[in-house]
Amino acid sequence: MADFETPKLKEYPVIPNLVDDVMKGSSPFIAKPLHNEPLGFPGELVEGWKDKAIDKMEDLLGKYRGLQVYLDSCVKCGACTDKCHYFLGTSDPKNMPVARQDLLRSVYRRYFTFAGKYFPKLVGARDLDKGVIDEWYSYFHQCSQCRRCSVFCPYGIDTAEISMAAREILDTVGVGQKYCNEIIAKVYKIGNNLGLPEPALKMTLEDLEEEIEEETGLPVKLPLDVKGADIMLITPSADFFAEPHIDGLKGYAKVFHEAGISWTISSYASEAGNFGMFIGSYENMQQISTRIREAAIDLGVKRIVHGECGHAWRVAYSFWNTLIGPFDFLDPNYPVPQHICEFTYDLIKKNKLNIDKTQNDHRTLTFHDSCNVARATRMGDKPGGQFDIPRAIIKAVCNNYVEMDPATTKEATFCCGGGGGLLTDDLMEIRVKGAMPRMEAYNEVVEDYGVTNLACICAICKSQFSKVLPYFNEKGAPQKFSMDMVVSVHQLVYDALVLTGQKFGDELDAHVAAMEAAADD
Amino acid sequence: MSFLSVTYILLFYAATIILFVGVGRRIYKYAKTPAPLKIPTMPAPTTKVGVAARLTREVVFFESLFKANLWTWIFGWMFHASLLIAFFRHLRYVVNSDTFLIGPVIHWHLLQLAGQYTSFTLIIGLAGLLARRIFVDRVRYISAPSDYLMLLLIIGIGVTGALMTFVAHTDIVALKDFVIGLFTFSFSALPTSLLLLLHLGLVIVLMIIFPISKLLHAPGLFFSPTRNQVDNSREKRHIADWAKPLDETRGKS
Repeated sequence: MADFETPKLKEYPVIPNLVDDVMKGSSPFIAKPLHNEPLGFPGELVEGWKDKAIDKMEDLLGKYRGLQVYLDSCVKCGACTDKCHYFLGTSDPKNMPVARQDLLRSVYRRYFTFAGKYFPKLVGARDLDKGVIDEWYSYFHQCSQCRRCSVFCPYGIDTAEISMAAREILDTVGVGQKYCNEIIAKVYKIGNNLGLPEPALKMTLEDLEEEIEEETGLPVKLPLDVKGADIMLITPSADFFAEPHIDGLKGYAKVFHEAGISWTISSYASEAGNFGMFIGSYENMQQISTRIREAAIDLGVKRIVHGECGHAWRVAYSFWNTLIGPFDFLDPNYPVPQHICEFTYDLIKKNKLNIDKTQNDHRTLTFHDSCNVARATRMGDKPGGQFDIPRAIIKAVCNNYVEMDPATTKEATFCCGGGGGLLTDDLMEIRVKGAMPRMEAYNEVVEDYGVTNLACICAICKSQFSKVLPYFNEKGAPQKFSMDMVVSVHQLVYDALVLTGQKFGDELDAHVAAMEAAADD
Repeated sequence: MSFLSVTYILLFYAATIILFVGVGRRIYKYAKTPAPLKIPTMPAPTTKVGVAARLTREVVFFESLFKANLWTWIFGWMFHASLLIAFFRHLRYVVNSDTFLIGPVIHWHLLQLAGQYTSFTLIIGLAGLLARRIFVDRVRYISAPSDYLMLLLIIGIGVTGALMTFVAHTDIVALKDFVIGLFTFSFSALPTSLLLLLHLGLVIVLMIIFPISKLLHAPGLFFSPTRNQVDNSREKRHIADWAKPLDETRGKS
């Protein structure tokens, strides 16, 4: 991997001057046949790829109104040009949303429009060749499909739609991305992105139960494959093993326990994440989420609750009903799916949780709106609930809360830099540079208000920030950013929630001693 | 009737057919292509009335552009609003001041008066957009020759129009006869004025390129799924015709 410099954090955001082709070399590892084939794609670049790519484009134009309208409608007004975090972090003009779209639009015009067929130079149309394919592969993997540009476009042109179409065309001709396709193949084989098999999952959950009991003195359960439970929890598999995700999972368990509701995790559908969306493949997205429908029917649950994850919540909230509905086998009195934040917030509103906010007094929090949650989903029954509900939870469990610059939150939030299938080490440079706009806003509240923690509700955000925060420490200066600044919203809930009958002090020590004695026997 | 008049008459009919058939076909294509997934840019309205309000705000006020960039918004909105007023002012070549629209709906004299000066705001708006295209490096980077030519074309229409209003008047009575003749098929000659010929010639070009250019943003906005969809995916199953058969094949394979 090439060396690169971490961008300096400026006091005020500055729109960079263009520097051509700085990120031209950024490309993720190419998928091998064993990654592509389980998804129904050719193993490697196919014979006659050019015609096949054009045919696929035609197919997609007929299937997706958005694509057709967006490729026609752009007037090159420039409104989006300074809105992408990857452009702001890299200065590469091809990371301006419209320029990224134009990589595909130029080919669309050449093959599908009158002007492009007869006057290509006039309208910026170009032939499809191998160089274009390489350029697509590079720059459509420098888009996290965060939709920030679509907020500001006067026609709502959504670069995510363009980028998904481009990736699907690439997959169709055998040029897949290793990271996404390998993971999807794992879901088909094992049931989750991490390839965590059922026995390992069972052991992890038992360990967590033990941990929670040591901390509360109560047998809080994380049930697996329990038939007839009321709720099936679908959560990103990172929640089962990664930090700080796992502390969020403990939080969900504590909330379910206190609510006195029976719930279960499914080993068959042990993944909320759905990378089928990243590669723009309706069929793969549907196949992946069908596991969830099957598990819900198989376990006979009444409700589905969804853990903290951004793109997965988009698939669940916006697409599940389309892909794997109708949900006539579930309890119609609850939304399908329901977000864990909606579930917890409901209990807080009804005053059913005993909260000790001082447990979080050692922290000063700020909240990062995850791009997919903010711009592609909702929580609660009012538009904007996706902003208000997580904040209401944080404020209910913490005394110290600070907002970041409003130009970088809610619908205008910046992506963490690792979304859209870019959360892989072979893309470290674009991930670090793309995190810069968020880091500038975070740096500001760290400097001005002594913020100690960044609360997230997305598995990708949590992993990405844990990894890239340390990059932004200045050499020689005292360390300002560390990976443990990143916390799950439900980790905060976990720390402040006092369970009915929870043990403290000597009583807890005695309980733990008894647990250890029992384990030794 | 002169050869020139006949030529313009034929061109007007051809341009009108191209405009309406071309845009109509495009709209038909947009309408029949399904949007298989719910992708409104959130927060989005949860009712159809809310969506109508959102689209109205986009069409009338350019809401998203306002959020994005104040200069582009000022110039863009100024240009489009001027164009709308110019359109109404030009109604005087088609209808009389005593038709049903006039009076209660449109204040005729105010319109004619304001319409004279909107040629300036139209030109200023377009000049601003052109300046951005030339001087802002990001906008210059994304501009193709056609993007400049489009602005120059409409500036040309505005400038020739303004010149006829303020510098070299044309015979508007004869012009009205010519225009009404186009609608009633009782043709009369086009007044010979170089400015008028230029003005109308450029309008004809604009009509012809409309359905094959980025001017399709006008119908496009109404078909943009990020703007025209209702946020109700949990309550109502949304499925495209092409995706329906997939319900049967989904699952263990």
